[in-house]
Amino acid sequence: MPIVLASVATFAIDGIDPRPVWVEVDIRPGLPAFHIVGLADAAVREARERVRAAILNSGFEFPARRITANLAPAHLRKVGPGFDAALAVGLLAASGQCSADALDRWAIFGELSLSGEVRECRGVLAVADGARRAGLAGLIVARERAGEAALVDGIEVAGVGDLRGIAALLDGGELPPPPAPAPVPGAGVVDADEPDLADVRGHELPLRALEIAAAGGHNLLLEGPPGSGKTMLARRLPALLPPLGREEALEVTRVHSVAGIGHRGGLAAARPFRAPHHTISPAGLVGGGSPPAPGEASLAHHGVLFLDELSEFSRPSLEALRQPIEDGAIVIVRGQLATRFPTRFTLVAATNPCPCGYAGSDRACRCGEHELARHRRRLSGPLLDRIDLLVTVARPSAAALAASPRTSSAAVRERVLAARERQHARLAGTSAHTNAQLDARLLRAHLRIGATARRALAQAYDGGGLSARGHDRVLRVARTIADLADRDAVGLDDLLQALALRAREATDEVLAA
Amino acid sequence: MSVSVGELACDACLRRSWLIARLAAHIELVWSARRGSAALLALDDAALVDALAGDRRGTIVGEYDRFDPAAARRRYAASDVVALCRCDPRYPAPLDDLPDAPAVLYVRGDLARFERAVADDCVAIVGARRASPYGLEQARGLGRGLAAAGLTVVSGMALGVDSAAHVGALEAEGVTIAVLACGPERPYPASKRQLHARIAAAGAVVAELPPGTPPRRWCFPARNRIIAALAQVLVVVEAGERSGSLITAGQAADLGREIAAVPGLVTAPLAAGTNALIADGAQLVRGPGDVLELLFGSAAAALDCGRSEERLGGLEPDLRALLERVGAGCDTVAALTVSEASVDATLAGLAQLELHGLVRRSAGGRYVATA
Repeated sequence: MPIVLASVATFAIDGIDPRPVWVEVDIRPGLPAFHIVGLADAAVREARERVRAAILNSGFEFPARRITANLAPAHLRKVGPGFDAALAVGLLAASGQCSADALDRWAIFGELSLSGEVRECRGVLAVADGARRAGLAGLIVARERAGEAALVDGIEVAGVGDLRGIAALLDGGELPPPPAPAPVPGAGVVDADEPDLADVRGHELPLRALEIAAAGGHNLLLEGPPGSGKTMLARRLPALLPPLGREEALEVTRVHSVAGIGHRGGLAAARPFRAPHHTISPAGLVGGGSPPAPGEASLAHHGVLFLDELSEFSRPSLEALRQPIEDGAIVIVRGQLATRFPTRFTLVAATNPCPCGYAGSDRACRCGEHELARHRRRLSGPLLDRIDLLVTVARPSAAALAASPRTSSAAVRERVLAARERQHARLAGTSAHTNAQLDARLLRAHLRIGATARRALAQAYDGGGLSARGHDRVLRVARTIADLADRDAVGLDDLLQALALRAREATDEVLAA
Repeated sequence: MSVSVGELACDACLRRSWLIARLAAHIELVWSARRGSAALLALDDAALVDALAGDRRGTIVGEYDRFDPAAARRRYAASDVVALCRCDPRYPAPLDDLPDAPAVLYVRGDLARFERAVADDCVAIVGARRASPYGLEQARGLGRGLAAAGLTVVSGMALGVDSAAHVGALEAEGVTIAVLACGPERPYPASKRQLHARIAAAGAVVAELPPGTPPRRWCFPARNRIIAALAQVLVVVEAGERSGSLITAGQAADLGREIAAVPGLVTAPLAAGTNALIADGAQLVRGPGDVLELLFGSAAAALDCGRSEERLGGLEPDLRALLERVGAGCDTVAALTVSEASVDATLAGLAQLELHGLVRRSAGGRYVATA
């Protein structure tokens, strides 16, 4: 009896990166058995039962012989149900029930139902990218996910409904009709549901701060009593940012795909807005678990991460955010495996001025000293060093509520785009894309500042109200304000505004009562 | 410290002081039952034990007899505190006005400086713990102005007005004395640890209770009588209707000290106490000049360190108008942005005023005119 062997290409997901995996199936005489080897987790081992039922229910024969399936390379941990379809096809090819000729051209990725249907799996976009990079001609996935896979240029995508469909395709059958082209993101298409600045009454100061944050990519802290509109304002930031470019949209979709968030089979159209609850664990916030899954910081990649009630987040959670904010990515190490997730987001944090929320407002604060101290400790962490802008949100007056809106998201976005273009032109060839990313060295190299503005800054610094770090933060924000005003050099007005919006520093706390 | 501790406090006074600390919990019980039993601390040692010790009498008398003054002095010196008793000539004379003057004053800080500071004119500044930005600013400005004029600023290092007054005095590099309700080595409230160290370095932190004693409720009014006695003038900045600061003012009045108060809006709950004091005849205080005038007569008003015309002379009309609106109580950026102007202009103007030291950004993003 000849030894039969088939090899099928598929992919494992490591973080958001695809790793090629070959499913080798060996069938030989012996007591009937079906073994899967190659560092497979429980979901993969359970594939045996699904594959057996799917093959039988699709009208094929399940060979009553000794079957060994190997997932190579053996050192890579394989997780999840995405290998089902490749296992079944390998088995059919090895037992001569379908042609093995085309197997070197296709990658196969999908879960099987007991009836033989191919089900959608997370991470299809990453897999499609992997297939292209591995030089394969095409990818076979569940019909529902074909659109997502087709976002990757340069490979053929076949969306199939069941195992019989895959077999027919490999036997030389017709390719299913190509998936509908994904909607092109950006191009000024804005979701009608997207909250707009035109709905905002009053709040001139926070609106100005949002515009500056959007233009320079600055992290922002909103401080105000409950019900003053902090969350409402934060939700409007994504729409002020420039539309996602295609590359950015692919990155966002890929992270979301791995986390099981679909974008109607197409690319992410809008910048993500993530608002995790303050009880979130560090792993939930920056990613973790086994296998490592992306956290909220990665799901907010290229968008906005909103932390409401900042002082209520656990200290470890806030500490964990430092590296992602600093590096734009987080590396999670589990065992020998290091997984990298991208985390380039704009942080918007909101907090009450004190635990009861009414310190400094028209209502009396009823917090005890202990609560106040705890609140302040929570807010004085290293995370605050990464926040450039502080703005107070007050309940708008009745007159302001009755007034007509001053602006719209589209108008602001136009100014933001122009300011971003100025930054791109100025920062071309450096590691920074926005003013918020200017470090001390780049600041010195790329900042032109008028003499009066420089004197004012020196005065503020010598007066003791600014730390060295705060000095740089003010300069970054002033640069963005000048960009919004289309000025080459930072003027006195730009600098003064930046000073008025500066984040609080430890020295301000001497008098805190 | 060059002076040996043994010379400053006699055995009898140390023993009495120890006894009061030992009976602190007992006093607490009596204190809440009979409010303000100030006469208690005037009793002699034996009467104090009889009145308070109850069935622990035997134990406490035993401990009292075994009390070792020499060991206590070593303990106090180890926590960097000097014990100064009323038998010593360096003991602050104003405290002798009290019927129940503390037997021993425990001092953290340079003793010679403390002696000079209490010999100088002392002004006490007290007020609400939960003060408004306006109150904090007034307290800080008074502390700064009076310390700059060479006066000693006395307060209790509590949150709010007390701390602001100390901070102001330290800003002027003047001398300030904090009177604590617990042992002097213990920063209370704990969040004022830095302030505690700075006051000890530039002035003195003093207390009636020996090192190691935690504060109890009765210790605060007891502490307040020392503040009232040390100062010639007591200024109240922000006090509610039933504020502890009003009790201090009453104690100061009983001792024949001058009472003064900073006025507030008649509608503000935090000004109810201070406005009532003024209605009852307390000196109205608009700035350090009014206090100086109270102490030294009208000639001293020229020493006023408050805002003068020349400080505002160079100010552009727009900024001046903005400053006037802040001074009038408009404190948020939204309220300060008049309909025509943009929020940008308001922000820039406020930052400019802040650079000039004319306004300060305070809690909740509110702006307050500096005092």
